Amino acid sequence: MKNKYSIFSLIKNAFSYHENWEKAWKDPEPKKEYDAVIVGGGGHGLATAYYLAKKHNMKNIAVVEKGWIGGGNTGRNTTIIRSNYLWDASAGLYDHALKIWEGLSQELNYNVMFSQRGVMNLAHNLQDVRDLKRRTHANRLNGIDAVYLNTKEVKKFCPIINTSQDIRYPVLGGTLQRRAGTARHDAVAWGYARGADEMGVDIIQNCEVKGVKRNGDTVEGIETTKGFIKAKKIGVVAAGHSSVIANMAGLKLPLESKPLQALVSEPVKPIIDTVVMSNAVHAYVSQSDKGELVIGAGTDDYISYSQKGSHDIVEGTLNAILELYPIFSRMRMLRQWGGIVDICPDASPIISKTSIKGLYFNCGWGTGGFKATPGSGDLFAHTIANDEPHKLNAAFNLNRFVSGDLVDEHGAAAVAH
Amino acid sequence: MFLINCPFCGEREQSEFKAGGEAHIERPKQPTELSDDEWAEFLFMRKNIKGVQFERWNHAHGCRKWFNIARDTSNDQIKTVYKMGEKPPVE
Repeated sequence: MKNKYSIFSLIKNAFSYHENWEKAWKDPEPKKEYDAVIVGGGGHGLATAYYLAKKHNMKNIAVVEKGWIGGGNTGRNTTIIRSNYLWDASAGLYDHALKIWEGLSQELNYNVMFSQRGVMNLAHNLQDVRDLKRRTHANRLNGIDAVYLNTKEVKKFCPIINTSQDIRYPVLGGTLQRRAGTARHDAVAWGYARGADEMGVDIIQNCEVKGVKRNGDTVEGIETTKGFIKAKKIGVVAAGHSSVIANMAGLKLPLESKPLQALVSEPVKPIIDTVVMSNAVHAYVSQSDKGELVIGAGTDDYISYSQKGSHDIVEGTLNAILELYPIFSRMRMLRQWGGIVDICPDASPIISKTSIKGLYFNCGWGTGGFKATPGSGDLFAHTIANDEPHKLNAAFNLNRFVSGDLVDEHGAAAVAH
Repeated sequence: MFLINCPFCGEREQSEFKAGGEAHIERPKQPTELSDDEWAEFLFMRKNIKGVQFERWNHAHGCRKWFNIARDTSNDQIKTVYKMGEKPPVE
């Protein structure tokens, strides 16, 4: 049993200069065999292991990660959380996650710094206005909070936005989801890792999958840099590298992996207390607790695993940011990076069984997976444990690309697809 | 970001080009005969290779012609450029 984090443990450890905190998770060598192995130690993978252990009583499980946990897209995203999606299936999926976020810090006894500061999506032309109003209505029918704001109300909610009607993409209005916001991305991975570790999950870092062994149509285990690991069930949550693992198993997925970039500025005093996203000009911005502006750019259009994007994408985003927020014109950017995102043709995720028994995939989150982390883990754990999907992720199966029953969120949701 | 040697215009910045995805996916010869599985394979399923991949590119802000390249997707290095209709080079 791990010691509970509290104000008292903080005071107690202050006396020993914070040098005697117990390890949040062990660093074990892999066993020969597990009931289930999760490939990928990001937020989604660790959450999957956590819920497998907690809700489905599977204790003999491992998470294998090729680098360090939370070092991939979990540590590279812009930490935006919202659930204002258009279609019923997506609304159900993302709001399930948002509801778990609301109690996550208490459940994990780990402060994930979830902050419901609101997410505002801007409209820049008449079609945007119609789309956003339609989405607001759809959200309300699904029980998701949403309001439509006119230009004046946008300006009142976020005063630094340039609402002049003379700019290239004037602000005609926007939507606001007040329950939406941000969370601390590393803390999510670490909190789930600590919780899973406490229930006996082996978290194995620096362990890259080199092959998937199958016997006919049944999976037998994985070949890794730390040897062969036998497993009855294998759940792959490898984001940009999902296709690589699928190819090892002889499967093809409907994914393309592309670089997505983000950047942060030098830290400044509080200036923007919400998250503002813009679909048409593809720029979104929020401010971290350290004071940095966190800016998300778009994806490049070519397939790449290089974790580097093109300069012109960043330039385009910053052009838009500067026109919308002239106050940032002398701000200096501190860091810029890329992550590899796996994009589905319909911009919706896949949480599904495959044609191979015991092999499951949770992928295709594309540019917007962070917000779904707790829900994705919960539903994927359900799918693995019961060998059938939960009703909330039934629509997000692999077979939809054969049946044609797609969940087409491309451009229909808020932004970032 | 990288440079692409357009077979018609010479070396230009990648931002002048539009990526056209995986090359050599053949259009079905008998579309009416295709099963749903075969349609899914043609329309959606991609190799999405980490390593040398054959892909189509279009010089959108230049000569607007299509061509193929073989590019290592793990580091964006272009191995060779070849024209539409030509067979992919053997390593």
